[in-house]
Amino acid sequence: MIVEHTDRGPLGRDEMARVVAADIPRGAYVNLGIGQPTTVGDHLPPYAGITLHTENGMLGMGPAATGDAIDPDLINAGKFPVTELPGASYFHHADSFAMMRGGHIDLCVLGAYQVSASGDLANWHTGEPDAIPAVGGAMDLAVGAKQVFVLMSLFTRTGEPKLVRECTYPLTALRCVDRIYTDVATFEITGDQVLVRETWGISFDELRSRVDVPLTVARQEVAERHVH
Amino acid sequence: MTVLCVSADEAVSGIADGSTVLVGGFGTAGMPFELIDALIRQGARDLTVVSNNAGNADTGLAALLAAGQVRKVVCSFPRQKDSWVFDELYRSGKIELEVAPQGNLAERMRAAGAGIGGFYTRTGVGTLLAEGKETREFDGRTYVLELPIAGDVALISAHTADTLGNLVYRKTARNFAPVMATAATTTVVQVRHVVEPGALDPEAVVTPGIYVDRMVRVPS
Repeated sequence: MIVEHTDRGPLGRDEMARVVAADIPRGAYVNLGIGQPTTVGDHLPPYAGITLHTENGMLGMGPAATGDAIDPDLINAGKFPVTELPGASYFHHADSFAMMRGGHIDLCVLGAYQVSASGDLANWHTGEPDAIPAVGGAMDLAVGAKQVFVLMSLFTRTGEPKLVRECTYPLTALRCVDRIYTDVATFEITGDQVLVRETWGISFDELRSRVDVPLTVARQEVAERHVH
Repeated sequence: MTVLCVSADEAVSGIADGSTVLVGGFGTAGMPFELIDALIRQGARDLTVVSNNAGNADTGLAALLAAGQVRKVVCSFPRQKDSWVFDELYRSGKIELEVAPQGNLAERMRAAGAGIGGFYTRTGVGTLLAEGKETREFDGRTYVLELPIAGDVALISAHTADTLGNLVYRKTARNFAPVMATAATTTVVQVRHVVEPGALDPEAVVTPGIYVDRMVRVPS
């Protein structure tokens, strides 16, 4: 059952973060990538027992630090000052990435340049001649987290879809993406199908005409929700 | 045996041209600024630097790059808002870059420190960063062989040490330091506080003194 929200426009950045946050399971250990995925942390339901992992060596990361709480020794993966929650722990980098590769992180949310219909992810390098490649922890997270959510706009500034048959940008990892949350639709990638769960400001038929990937209506029920 | 040095200059003395230097820190958290400044004064050249980033703004690792002492950087994330020193050197062809996924970077140093000759990982499979590397199937999944990274020298920072070199870190400033301490022939630590043996809870020591060769106290 697809839910089409055609009585409104596409989701704003804050609304996108809220939609992702609402789908994070209770009790999960979660890593939020740098940039827009970090904003998901601002919308996690309280008391859901969700623990945030930051790749630079911490579980139990709290919200951004401000004022006197800013501590140069306590930053997140994006190198912004953050806080620690009761029950936090610190560990070194090899342990931090063992948590990913060893399959202990339940879910990560990453940004992307492109995602393919089979779940290949491209998010680290544009491949342009003067680009300076920078991968950070993206490759480790993409293969290691049990579930990989991508958060991105569906179209580039010039209107090209970022959900593609085959990625043309250099890959981060093969067949790793489970869901894509965009401003106009939410997709589930099963490996052989791309299911559409929800649309925003666009009908399923219009979405189909603008994306060069076969799309199928998701079978399972998606609850109506309010993101305002 | 851990030697407590009187100055950062003494702590970095003898670093040879062409050395591989592991530099702790994630961004500026845990960056051993005073040791890097001393290395600039010491003047060793043609260095390979292994660190998560390639310097921020104009201090620390960025200053070492600007001094022209570094031939090659091995890191996971060179490009940042304030990495202009590296960006300029890279774009003008004056510095080599090897990008490694962050977890592989950490694990390759861990392997060096633990006497492991290499390891297979799924990270990077099917990407540019695995090109030319040996792959192998385990349980139907493809893994790529990654080799250790050992340093001639590690420059790291810690919060408190006892005079035997046992180290305690503070919050996310720990990052790569415990792994780098194991992976270098000579590990040099700048530390904010030095206490007598027995003053640190042995259960809380993160880096045992066996890994630490030289220390210098840098209050801040």
